Parts: sequence; structure tokens; C-alpha cells
Amino acid sequence: MKVLLLGVNHKTAPVSLREKLVGLVPDLGQAYGTLMDWPEFSEVMLYTTCNRVELLGVTAEPEAARLRVQAFFTRPPEITPEALAESLYVLEDQDAVQHLFRVAASLDAMVVGEPQILGQIKAAYRTATEHRTTGPILNRLLHKSFSVAKRVRSETGIGDQAVSVSYAAVTLGRKIFGELTGKNVLLLGAGEMAELALEHLRGQGVASITVANRTLARGVQLAQRFGGEAVSLEELEPQLLSADILISSTGAGDYLLTRDQVRSVMRRRKQRPLFLIDIAVPRDLDPAINDLDNVYLYNIDDLTEVAEKGMEHRRREAAKAERLVAEETLKFQHWLTTLEVFPTIIALKDKAEAICRAELKKTLSQLGALTPEQHQALEVLTSSITQKLLHDPIIFLKRNHHSKQTPRELDLVRRLFRLESAEPEEAQESEAGDYAEKN
Amino acid sequence: MAHIFLYLTLAGYFGATILWLGFFLRQRESYCRWGAWVMGGGLAAHTLALIQQTVQVGYLPVATFSNTLLVFDWALVAVFLLLNWRYPIKVLGALVAPLAALLASGALILPQGEGTLSPLLQGFWLTLHITLTLLGYAALALAFLGGIFYLVQERQIKSKKFGFFYRRLPSLSQLDTLNYWCLSIGFPLLTAGIVTGSLYAQRTMGRFWSWDPKEILTLSAWLIYAVLVHERLTVGWRGRRAAWLAICGFLVLVGTFVGASLWLTGYHSFAKFIQP
Repeated sequence: MKVLLLGVNHKTAPVSLREKLVGLVPDLGQAYGTLMDWPEFSEVMLYTTCNRVELLGVTAEPEAARLRVQAFFTRPPEITPEALAESLYVLEDQDAVQHLFRVAASLDAMVVGEPQILGQIKAAYRTATEHRTTGPILNRLLHKSFSVAKRVRSETGIGDQAVSVSYAAVTLGRKIFGELTGKNVLLLGAGEMAELALEHLRGQGVASITVANRTLARGVQLAQRFGGEAVSLEELEPQLLSADILISSTGAGDYLLTRDQVRSVMRRRKQRPLFLIDIAVPRDLDPAINDLDNVYLYNIDDLTEVAEKGMEHRRREAAKAERLVAEETLKFQHWLTTLEVFPTIIALKDKAEAICRAELKKTLSQLGALTPEQHQALEVLTSSITQKLLHDPIIFLKRNHHSKQTPRELDLVRRLFRLESAEPEEAQESEAGDYAEKN
Repeated sequence: MAHIFLYLTLAGYFGATILWLGFFLRQRESYCRWGAWVMGGGLAAHTLALIQQTVQVGYLPVATFSNTLLVFDWALVAVFLLLNWRYPIKVLGALVAPLAALLASGALILPQGEGTLSPLLQGFWLTLHITLTLLGYAALALAFLGGIFYLVQERQIKSKKFGFFYRRLPSLSQLDTLNYWCLSIGFPLLTAGIVTGSLYAQRTMGRFWSWDPKEILTLSAWLIYAVLVHERLTVGWRGRRAAWLAICGFLVLVGTFVGASLWLTGYHSFAKFIQP
């Protein structure tokens, strides 16, 4: 049994190929209709994230399985086998496990540490369990990957700091206002950066968005896009009374707001905090405004620095996360090998023998003196009882050597006979995995 | 055996200190949850210790500096846990827990002072006066600690240099709300403490106010807080100024509590309470 992972991501495939592959599986549910019929795979799961399409499976025939997946991926005529072969990576066992852990922990992402990927994999796993295509190995592997991702998130600082200018503005806003829900945003001018920041702020649930633009028509257009209201630039000061966050990006050349203007506004606002983001070059807002109490002014350079520091921090933390992933990969690999048939049979026999020896010792000490023949007869008796008892389970295990069911049965046998006492914590998790699968 | 509850209290507060500092450094949610429970356990033991002492001597044990410290410590932890339950600013525990542990240790180490309390200083109204004042002190102490956090966090955001504290401290608005919450509890309590005290003085000594050093200092602290409350409500003072005033006000209160009780003479000083 091998864990097999095949796929393409942003590092190996151009976006043109990735989008075609994503188009191939517009609805994961439909794809499972095909996947479930593949005899090579005993367990299979398909997932796509923003930058990847990957298929994860458990198979006894990796070569045949690989051909099967390649054929599946090249089904649409616009994907040529050559193009796919160039981009497709095929990983087995330890490499596959490590890859999945890295994807779930967002170490393989375009922007390392972005949290959405875990959610996408969780959703894909849910779809797979709904189609009952996962089994004990994938269930455990996926649950493990979720816990690895969680550990990475909580034990390293990989997601702590903003790495984009627009998101840096959001994190700063949160440190000033706590929650951004219910805050009012005023946008001066427009531009890509301002719109990105606005997108993030909207995601945080701001109450209202007002757009002030030199040309009202353009302002109205923008306001419509963001579901806000348009005002003219002359109304700036009265608008500031109700705004909490101001994003300015006109780059007009003169200061739109001076220190004295903001000071008088602050008095009328009863000192409610004001967060000013000036992403225009040349600057729109007088830098001296930052000296005022309860006013926080950040310009584009300040925000870029925040983002760069965040990136640097993230890179350092990613190295820690890689160590963690390597460690967990080894642990999982160890569990995989214990799932093989023969180690299970040996463990079963060992356990029976140990019980025999212990019980025999107890009885012999109670019986007193015995002749060597009697002694031997007792030994033969106990060992033949256990052998006969274990005969059928062992035959059962051996007979099913290549069945799809093997991992599930091995797992059951190991739990039935408690052959995993060394790892009680892991055994529990495996149960949780099976439970999730049943539901 | 007499001190068993006190030692349990001490153990609880030191345990909470470790957990809360751990939370501050490692940012694990579970640490501060446990910190609150351990601190709650300490508070329960603390309550029992105070009840035991009260039953023993027949009045709330506030006749000596160390005893009063212990009661203040109780009030501080109680108000903090109330705050933590209603309006959690978790990181505050990292300051309150060590402070509570230090105060409890101080109360155990400092001389207890033996003797009987003059009958003039026993009675319901006086106990009320002291309890209200100490609860007020506790709430204002939290405003003081919150003020320190506010100034540190504000400095980081204003100067755009994000250090060790930036990530660990809560948002400015949370810290400012803490200031408001503590003020709106602490200021009425302090006022009520002063009023009950002067009513009691009128009954026992025939005058409301005697310009005793402790009274003068308390009045100046009260004025500072009164200015803060007034400006907050009318002009909307907040943030840095509110934090500074809360810090100044509390420093004066510490002066009244420590200075006026130990060094300055006056009828409020602990030296006068006990008849050997």
C-alpha cells in the first residue's frame, strides 16, 4: 500500500494549465463519480486551492494508478500529455505525506502563511467523505494534516503579521479600534492599493463606505462598486466628523488636510480616534497630523515597512514550521509501516505468546512439583489453544492481502487486540478519523 | 494552621502569576483561562482567610498596615476577576497576578502588630467606609495598570516601531474602555468611601473633615479623578490624557495609603489605631 500524491501547482505549471485543470473539476462531487470507479485506488481524494490541483490516493499499484490519473487529467483535448508531463509531480509515501502537510500548513503557498488554504482542503475532505472515497489511511492523514496546520499556526508566528500593504492597514486598524465592525471608512481618490485596502476592510465588516472624488462622476462609479455613497471633495471636513478610517490616494500635490484642520475636527469629534492612511505619492496629508492625540497617520512607506517586516518574520517562522512538518511526517510514516500486514501478524503472535508464558508461570507456581512430561503437556496445551484461536484471524489477514479493505481491517485488528498500546494518543485520533468518516 | 488559608492564597496567586506570564509570553489561550481559575481559587482561600481573621478578632482586620494590605489585595483580585468576567482584557492579568502575589507576600512578611483596637474604631459604618474606599482603590489601581499598557501601546503605534509589546497588548480602544470602566466603578466607590468616612467622623468626633494629611491627599486624588470624569463626559478626553490622569491619580492614592499611614501623623495613621 502506498500513499500517492499527484498534482500541479503554481511552481510547476503556468496558470493556463492550472485553470484548465480546475475547469476539469468544476464540481468536485461530479469528479468523484469517475474517481470511485478506479480499481487501482483503495482510497482517493481530490482537492484544488487557488494555485493547485492535486489528487491524493492510497494504492497497491502506484504505476497503474499514475497512468490512470494522467489519463484523467488529459481527458479534455486542450491539455496535451506533454504539457501535463512537464508540470505534474508524482510523490509517494513520505514525500506525499510531507507535501500534504506543507500544503495544509500553507508552507507551499504563493504567499507563505495565508490561512485560506486549510479551509479549502477541509472542504475538499468533507466532499470526499460524503462520497465515501476515503478510508482509514486518508482519514488519519487528513486529520493529521489539520492538526499539523493548527500546530504550525499556534506554535510558530507564521500568520501573526501582515505581509501586504493593504492588510497591514487592517491589522493596524484593529490595534487602534479593536473591532472594525461598525466603523466608517472615507475614501479620497481611488487606486489599486486603496481598493485592495477597502476590500480587506469590507471583509472586516465596516459599517459604511464614503467616496470623495475630485470628479463626482468617477466618485459615484466607485461608490456604486463598493456599495457606498459619493460626496464631493469640498465636503471633506464635515465628512471627517463621522469617519473613523480615511484612505487617501489622490496624489494631488498639495496637502488635502493640514494639522490645524484635523485638530479642529478632532475637537468636534469629541476626540474619537481617527486612523488616516495616506497612500498617495506625493502625500495628501500633512505629516505633522500624526502629532495630534488620538490621530494615527500612516503613509505608504510606513505601511510598506510594516509589510516587509512581516514578510521577514514570516520567512523565519516558516523555517520553524518546516522542522515541525518534517517531524510529523516521520511520525506518520511510522504509523503507515505498522499498518502493513506482516508486522501486524507478528505483533499478534508476540502478544499471544507473552500471555501464554505469563499464565503458564502463574499456574506452574500454584501446582507444585510436576514431572517433565506433565510440564511439557501443559506447555503444548496452552500454545495449541492460542495457535488455534489465532489461526483464523491470521488466515483472514493474509488472505485479504491485496484487498481494498486491508488498511481498514488491519486498523481494526490492531485496535481489537490492542496492539498499539505504545501510542494511546494516536489510537484515539484514528478513532476520531473513523468517526468522521461514518458521519 | 492559623495561616493555612493565607498560604493557599499565596500559592494560588503565585500559580496564577506563572500562568499569566506564560500567557503573555507564549500567547496560548488556555494559559490565561487556567490563570483565571487558579486566581479564583486563590481568591476563595483569601476570602476564607479574611473571614477567619474577622471571626477571631471581632472586626474586619484593617487596623495595621499589613492587614489592610491584605484586604486591599482581596479587593484588587475581586475587582479584576469581575472585570475579567464582564470585559476580558486578558493581558492585564499578567500585571495583576504578580501584584496580587507580591501584596499577599508583603502582608505576610510585614509586622502584624499586636494589641487591641480602640472601640472608637469599631462599628458598621467604619467597616463600610474602609470597604468602599479599598474597593475604589482596587478599581482605580486597574485603571492605573491599564493606563500603563495604553501608554506603551500608543507609543508603539505612534512611533511606528513595533516591538515586543505591540502584538501582545490589546487594542487602544479596549484599553481606553478599561480606563472608563474602572473609573466609572472606582470613582463612585471612592466618593462613597469619603462620604461615609466623614459622616462617621461627624458622629464620633463632631466634625466632618479635619484636614488630616490622609484626607488632604485623598481629596487631591479625588479632584484629579473628578477632572478626568468631567472631561471624559463633556469634551471627550480619552486615550493618552486619560491614561496619564489615571496614573497620576493612583500615584497620589498610593501616597495616601502608604505615606500618610506610615510616616505622616494624623488620626488616620495606623500607629494611632492600636492600643498596646
